[in-house]
Amino acid sequence: MPNILVVEDSPTMRQLIGFAMKRIASSRVIEATDGIDALKKLSSEKIDLILADINMPVMDGLKLVSLVRSNPAYKDIPIIIITTEGAEEDKKRALAIGANAYLPKPIQTQELIKLVNSFISQ
Amino acid sequence: MERETSIGKKADEFLQLFRKGEEFTHEILKENERLRFKLAQLEEAIERSGDEAKIRLYEERIKFTEDELNSLKERFRQVEEENKDFAAKYVEVEDENNNLANLYVASYQLHSTLDFNEVLRIVLEIVINLIGAEKFSVLLIEEKTNELIPVGAEGISISDVPKVRFGEGIIGTAAKEGESYFSENIHNLHNRGSISTETPIVCIPLKIKEHVIGVIAIYSLLLQKEKFSNVDYELFNLLAGHAATAIFSSRLYTQSERKLTTIQSFLDMLKEKPRR
Repeated sequence: MPNILVVEDSPTMRQLIGFAMKRIASSRVIEATDGIDALKKLSSEKIDLILADINMPVMDGLKLVSLVRSNPAYKDIPIIIITTEGAEEDKKRALAIGANAYLPKPIQTQELIKLVNSFISQ
Repeated sequence: MERETSIGKKADEFLQLFRKGEEFTHEILKENERLRFKLAQLEEAIERSGDEAKIRLYEERIKFTEDELNSLKERFRQVEEENKDFAAKYVEVEDENNNLANLYVASYQLHSTLDFNEVLRIVLEIVINLIGAEKFSVLLIEEKTNELIPVGAEGISISDVPKVRFGEGIIGTAAKEGESYFSENIHNLHNRGSISTETPIVCIPLKIKEHVIGVIAIYSLLLQKEKFSNVDYELFNLLAGHAATAIFSSRLYTQSERKLTTIQSFLDMLKEKPRR
């Protein structure tokens, strides 16, 4: 049963992503509202994949990615960034600090499911 | 002498008989030879006719197999086409499912609270995250002044969004007529850099039945948003109705809460014992 951590400050997006993840066999969604909340969830749950927004209060998604990558306990967890920032340089920056994939909003649910499945099957 | 002649005669007769016997033997041998030859020919013919029958049988089998193969190929092609149809239908159903999920989530969130600011935040979230607008504002009609007053904005400061007279300009007209406005310049949706708050690319009147309470004005879309899809138009329709209801009811609720507090305070004041 893959545990998917959804890090989003928007309840609408959390619900929408949660809906999409229900279509992935036996997956379980754990929600976090910002980077700090995500780190707390990482320490208390076994997480298999992180879906994170960039623009969030308290701690943004990029900071979260760099902290996750610098922690030996979490460094191998795949991270997919889901953001409104669609510029190529934003994507390059996110991938350079350790994100595995970058999905600009508004998301295509099928594309997200495909991407998540590709990381989970690995 | 006579006896010698008789012996000679008998010898001749014997020789003739012997020759006849010899001739007869030759004839039998020839006949035997001919019959052997005939037999060999017949055997060969029988063998050849057996091969031909086998060949005919094999040919029939090949033809049957080929027919079967062609029939299977045709069935395979039909199944392949059916499969493609099913795949296309599956994609269609999946898309529809995703669209419905988007609409459900948007509707669910809009009606999840009676707090006006919360409702406004949810409207902004939907427009950013589900539609992909970059710069936009929400304006509500102030009945006293007959103006559209900005109450929320994203990507631009709310102070940069001017009030709009009801019925004037693109926004005012959309509010007056209650009809959505989509810019004709649909291929140039990214007004990057400078935007004009007076010329939005999309205007969605917020309506409760035919009564317009405000407008969502979109000035530019996110860089990655290339065009509007069907679900975007569905979301615009949903926003037009549900966002209006949610905003209106939350406003009423806030007002009634305020009034209730005032009345309650007044009643409390009346109940208080007069000081001596």
